[in-house]
Amino acid sequence: MTYHLALTLAQTESHWIDFNVGLLRDEFWSNTIDGLAYGSIYALVAIGYTLVYGVLRLINFAHSEVFVVGAFGAYFTFVGLGYQPGPTSDSGIVPLIVNLLLAGIVAMVASGVIALILERVAYRPLRKRNAPRLVFLITAIGASFAIQQALLIWRGGNPEPAIRLLRPQAVFEFGTTRITNIQIIVFVASLLLLVVADAFVGRTRLGRGIRAVAQDPDTAALMGVNKERVIMLTFVLGGALAGAAALFYVMQIPQGVLYNGGFLLGIKAFTAAVLGGIGNLRGALLGGLLLGVVENYGQSLFGGEWRDVVAFVLLIVILMVRPTGILGESLGKARV
Amino acid sequence: MYRTRLVRVLALTAALSLGVAGCAQNTDKTGENKQSGGGQANAPAIKADPAPPLPTDAALPAGDGKGKCGKVSIAYIGTIAGASAALGLNILNGVKLAVKEHNAANPGCQVTLKQFDSEGSPDKAPGVVTQAINDKSILGVVGLAFSGESKAVGKAFNDAGLVTVTPSATNPNLAKNGWKTFFRGLGNDAVQAPAVAAFIGDQLKAKKVCVVRDDSEYGIGLADLVTQSLGSKASCQQKVKTGQKEFSAVVGAISSQKPDAVFYSGYYPEAAPLVQQLRDDGFEGSIVAPDGVRDDEFVKNAGGSAEGVYLSCPCLPSAGFTKFTKDYKALANREPSTYSPEGYDATTILLKGLDKGLKTRPAMLNYVKNYQGQGLTKQFKWNADGELTQTPVWMYEVKDGKIVQLKDMSKATS
Repeated sequence: MTYHLALTLAQTESHWIDFNVGLLRDEFWSNTIDGLAYGSIYALVAIGYTLVYGVLRLINFAHSEVFVVGAFGAYFTFVGLGYQPGPTSDSGIVPLIVNLLLAGIVAMVASGVIALILERVAYRPLRKRNAPRLVFLITAIGASFAIQQALLIWRGGNPEPAIRLLRPQAVFEFGTTRITNIQIIVFVASLLLLVVADAFVGRTRLGRGIRAVAQDPDTAALMGVNKERVIMLTFVLGGALAGAAALFYVMQIPQGVLYNGGFLLGIKAFTAAVLGGIGNLRGALLGGLLLGVVENYGQSLFGGEWRDVVAFVLLIVILMVRPTGILGESLGKARV
Repeated sequence: MYRTRLVRVLALTAALSLGVAGCAQNTDKTGENKQSGGGQANAPAIKADPAPPLPTDAALPAGDGKGKCGKVSIAYIGTIAGASAALGLNILNGVKLAVKEHNAANPGCQVTLKQFDSEGSPDKAPGVVTQAINDKSILGVVGLAFSGESKAVGKAFNDAGLVTVTPSATNPNLAKNGWKTFFRGLGNDAVQAPAVAAFIGDQLKAKKVCVVRDDSEYGIGLADLVTQSLGSKASCQQKVKTGQKEFSAVVGAISSQKPDAVFYSGYYPEAAPLVQQLRDDGFEGSIVAPDGVRDDEFVKNAGGSAEGVYLSCPCLPSAGFTKFTKDYKALANREPSTYSPEGYDATTILLKGLDKGLKTRPAMLNYVKNYQGQGLTKQFKWNADGELTQTPVWMYEVKDGKIVQLKDMSKATS
């Protein structure tokens, strides 16, 4: 059941686009599982975009660098714990869990701190001057490049040597589809963090502050909400989740610890946020998972190099039908 | 109230992850062999050829020490800090070593080395090449390093009459553009591909081969040539993108085909995660990759999964080059790697021209065109297209985390 469009390049015999329904069918379940594991990472990063957008109406394009700083944090924790690049060593379960948790905490702190610094240095001075929204956007892009170049100068253009604490092993197998330990850990842990974040915003006092500022900053300030504190909190929360995502990403793809390793992932996460409805926490989750799964299907159907194209075509199609994203915007609406 | 529920959820998840990790631990025993054996349970034993010694009549940059020249420079143009930077640095350090040895031995000819970072990208290269062309002191260029960027700037060099000797760009089409300034210091992919195919067929005895290509000029061109050379053995084709790090769908497609071998046509930054993810998925066949992957960065970044990967290269093993290796290490603080001696050779040729007192670009071009002589790596004599007449192709293998020479394949195909 393989169809090739008869659009071949002049000098090569290869097809520039495939339409391989058979492969999509054969790989359906493994694509779904890979997509969910990868999509949950998108979702975690997407929360950072969504929260900041909800509160400040700003797309924080430097969020991808917040993610990368987290990846470096996790990596250097591995190094500090004495792990070597090369074949994965077999440590016992308890040290493994302790080390992963430690790396996760360091990554979350590193990302949270860099997000906070970013807010202080790049956005707060502008906010004080009531700069137009476009200026924030340009600053965000500038900050993104600045952090990227700083990392490049510091660590060079090569990825850090791959270090893995945990080797992927099939835990379950149904049919030919393997579900690995890493996929389960990443998916369950991400989901849990997303539930916690959702609950935090939905049910705590601080979360109520975030929602109040998102809905109407001036009125919220009049009601005694400390706007600066809320904004700070938003950046730290989004950053910390990006840090956790970075650990999961490094667990799956150890070659991702690279100065520009967050660029594409950041754009994808932003896409996921818009897809689900930017400003909506549950939308970020839905958008992330959907994007992860659909781009894997697209890759099987059209061929490997179409993966990213599929992601963005999906975005455009959904925005044409539903401009506010699948779930619409809701951080500001008192709807919990 | 809510807080207690949160604690309960957290506890549950912690217990769950413990369980998952526990399961993983149990299966570790079976995974052990796979990891240490590089995944190739049935790989045929291949006897390694000895590394060739340094030719005694090789031209060296120091020359006779009587070089006379004015204020002239040569340039290295290629990736320095951009994509696949390690491949560029291998060459740049070879170039630096040659210039250093030359200047130390020739007080009457002090050549300046100018470096331009093209970032290995066809988009970035034209900018820096224009800079180099406008610098009239530059009489010759070592570069560009990659095929895509070479294609983008070849015409500009031709128009400026500035001679270029590439130590690493292997796409055969580069020599077919009628550029008078293009010279290739190594065998092209039309030489590498049959060697790779012969190795896969005769040595690895593979019957079904998956050819995976990236989207670079080099990757596409080489994949087409290898596919042609493999003939009916090339049973599947997969495509990936430069910069891609996540290959689950490609890996799934390859696994469903159950090939005996995979040939990856591209550079090391993508090869490392691809190989790791292939091995993680349980692929036990042979993996073969070309010169763009042949770097220690690949071995480091594949995190143990590189073990047993075969690498082809139109470059000589430098194990026999004792003095070169020692001097290179002293300069660069690392072992010479892919195309370091080739970069050194290309530079030597340009420097010998400058020593003769050549002052203009046309004179330099004419000199390179008619050059004939032995270098560290091979005999240099170009045909009208700028291709060499004799070129080696070697196979290498990753063994105990090091790239070691395996077989001289130029004998097998000629």
